[in-house]
Amino acid sequence: MLTRREFLKLCTTALATATLTDRLMPIMSQGFAAGKISKPPVIWLELGSCTGNSIALDNAVNPNLNQILTDMVDMRYNWLLNVVQGSEVVKVLQDTAEKEAGNFWLVVEGSVMTADNGRYNHIYMRDNQLVTGLTALQELAPKAKHIIAVGTCACFGGPSAAYPNPAGAKGVWEVIKQPVINVPGCPANPDWMTGIFSHLIMYGLPELDGYNRPKMFFGQTIHDLCQRRQQFEDGIFASFPGESGCLYKVGCKGPVTHADCPKRQWNHYVNWPVRAGAPCIGCVNPGFPDSSMPFYNHLPDLATPLGMLNIKKFGAAAAGLGAAAVGAHLITGVVGKRVGKHWLDGTNPNEPDPPENLEQLKQELDDLIRQQNALISESQALEQVRIKRRLPKTFRQKVVDFFRPGQKHRR
Amino acid sequence: MAVQTIFPVTRIHEPLRADVEVQNGRIVDAWLGAHLFRGMESMLTGRDPRDAALFTQRICGICSGAHAVVAGMAQQQAFGVTPTPTGQHLINLLFAADIIQNHLRHFYILVLYDYVKGPDMAPYTPRPQADFRLPLKVNAELLQHAKEAALQAVRAHEAMAVFGAKAPMQQTIIPTGVTEQASVERLMAYSSILQEVTEWVEKFFIADVMTIADYYKDYYDIGGGYGNLMSFGMFPAPLTGERALKAGLIVNRGQVEELDINHITEEVRYSWYTDEEERRRPAAGRTTPDRNKSDGYTWVKAPRYQELPVEGGPLARGFINGDYRRGISVLDRLIARAKETLKICRLAQGWLNEIVPNTPSFIPFTPPDSGTGVGLTDAMRGALGHWFEYRHNKVTHYQIVTPTTWNFSPRDNRGIRGPVEQALIGTPVADGANLIEAGRVIRSFDPCFTCAVHMLEARSLHC
Repeated sequence: MLTRREFLKLCTTALATATLTDRLMPIMSQGFAAGKISKPPVIWLELGSCTGNSIALDNAVNPNLNQILTDMVDMRYNWLLNVVQGSEVVKVLQDTAEKEAGNFWLVVEGSVMTADNGRYNHIYMRDNQLVTGLTALQELAPKAKHIIAVGTCACFGGPSAAYPNPAGAKGVWEVIKQPVINVPGCPANPDWMTGIFSHLIMYGLPELDGYNRPKMFFGQTIHDLCQRRQQFEDGIFASFPGESGCLYKVGCKGPVTHADCPKRQWNHYVNWPVRAGAPCIGCVNPGFPDSSMPFYNHLPDLATPLGMLNIKKFGAAAAGLGAAAVGAHLITGVVGKRVGKHWLDGTNPNEPDPPENLEQLKQELDDLIRQQNALISESQALEQVRIKRRLPKTFRQKVVDFFRPGQKHRR
Repeated sequence: MAVQTIFPVTRIHEPLRADVEVQNGRIVDAWLGAHLFRGMESMLTGRDPRDAALFTQRICGICSGAHAVVAGMAQQQAFGVTPTPTGQHLINLLFAADIIQNHLRHFYILVLYDYVKGPDMAPYTPRPQADFRLPLKVNAELLQHAKEAALQAVRAHEAMAVFGAKAPMQQTIIPTGVTEQASVERLMAYSSILQEVTEWVEKFFIADVMTIADYYKDYYDIGGGYGNLMSFGMFPAPLTGERALKAGLIVNRGQVEELDINHITEEVRYSWYTDEEERRRPAAGRTTPDRNKSDGYTWVKAPRYQELPVEGGPLARGFINGDYRRGISVLDRLIARAKETLKICRLAQGWLNEIVPNTPSFIPFTPPDSGTGVGLTDAMRGALGHWFEYRHNKVTHYQIVTPTTWNFSPRDNRGIRGPVEQALIGTPVADGANLIEAGRVIRSFDPCFTCAVHMLEARSLHC
């Protein structure tokens, strides 16, 4: 049997050549045969969703849907697949929940509608009473062994919860007390779903981050893994989606999005958005889509060693102060003479959102000047700090330094 | 005789409650209620008009491509841009792959188990004690094909991802084309997948549907409905905009007529919305959700064309284009869908041959300050329209009328049933089968309620 460490390594390096489950399925079926592990019963609840995650799971390649159903999980209730309908399928759901209490997995797709006490989403009928998604979830959750939210809607509300959120959509973990494993994405990559399922079967709970996302898939930013990262470093920016160069300026949310899309890619590893010239829209992020919109506008702020920096400041600073104030990326770029002529081309204000009228243009200019001044004063303040540091230490300072815990040789 | 309820109707997209009244072994009345409200259109207000394609496709996971394509069309009109020839071809290719995927999945994952005994494992057990008429050998063969079909559908989505970056929820469609390049390598990838899928569809899909038709001949007489068919047409050609599949209207099984979009109205007497007017076009004011409305039984509204309930989908396109005109029934819908899949495969092959590799797949553009646009196309399930208007780079309203809204509309203000409600009338039902016959009729329309439920907020339908 594969050790957990080996498994995680497989997951994090899953590439087109070494697919996750080419190696995993034999091991799992051995495990099933030897009775070491058993097929978990699964209740797949679909609430306020677009069925996209079910379709994404249908798109799974290694293993494919058929293998998932026969070799991996025991899909008892999933209304997209169940053959019986109406009262018979409700009976299946209730039987599973009672007989397999404490043993079944609850997979939730779609956000929970809470407006009007959940009455915007009924999912079945029990004893001639309509049951809301909210009630069903709250009843099933305490009995489940694991609760897995698939898709950004189930995790954080997602598109269903976009402003003004007329149906009061919420993520699963906001309405129940039990721990939830969040597998976000719009839709979630089938590899992420099958990866989590296999980890749960073989090793139990995976390591989660602050948003309860498994670290093995959501541990690094898209930006860190991106194949266009070098162009960002070199200051080669696309001025329209589809052009070559880093897509940061045309709205790529890669720097703030934690997912392994660049490595894993989509649909049997044929493509992924940034490779196809489409900026990342940050669909695994908790605030998606509101936090990512407008999709084709650059991020408002970028964290740098000098505080938050946005692309306009980036340009202004380059003109006003030279590269020194703009952060480590650029310094290395300039020193290495990599920035060169691309610097100018790349930061021309050829932006997709031109000012609508003269008023706005003026305002934008004012903003720019204000930001530029702020940067200048900030960098001057830095200079002063540095000057201060060079002054010889007084005796008192030396005494204080001597008794200060931690690093003592700082100059 | 009491009204019987099926809730949930399984193997369709999203929650549907069906109430049917049975007398003497036949359905005499039906009510179909969708039970999910999200209000996607109201969310679009105030957003950037360029985001419409990416945002609206999140209405639906199975037909995401359709919403992106039609939003792209609306944007083209509003922004005053046209796609490059290559861009238009790529959009069509993307959409074609999505439709092929949908049709394969609809038949082999959703519909098949109405007629074929599935494997003896969950979720295919328990199965209803109903009439499964296929001999064991044929049954086993179809199950084998279902496995292969599921993989072919995956391949079709791969083809979509070749130009769409990912599927479902592609990310590359912009008003002037597609951000992915039409490089030789990409075209070859698409072409090879298409080749494989086309061969499979040709060899098995149509034959499988016909096999089922042979054993279930009575379904040629079940699920007829009104015989009003409508299509917006699909796959515009580059530059000319002429559509590969034509738009048109057929009233009561008559001749093909011209379609005038101004005759479309939406009515809400039996839907859970309050409105000052029960019927709008043009209309002012707001529609607000009201779950407590006593007359209401669904979140779907009742769109009507000149007060007529109309049906859309592959069968309607078959009739309007003359590809399939045998009749209107459960089986005819399934056969028309299979034949259309092959036709779309062939069309896609033609577009691939027309593309000149490495020509621009889009042109950069800057949207004007304000504008209005309409996008109309047929999607997998029927006629789909997006109407939108924006002022100062903010969407002021957005309206979507989807195929399932047409097909699964409730009664209108005059009490006339929606197309599927009507199609259910007269369906013979056996005792103790838990209304599987009604399920067969409903599934033949390929319902998708994530799309159907929407919130009208437009002041008018511009054309």
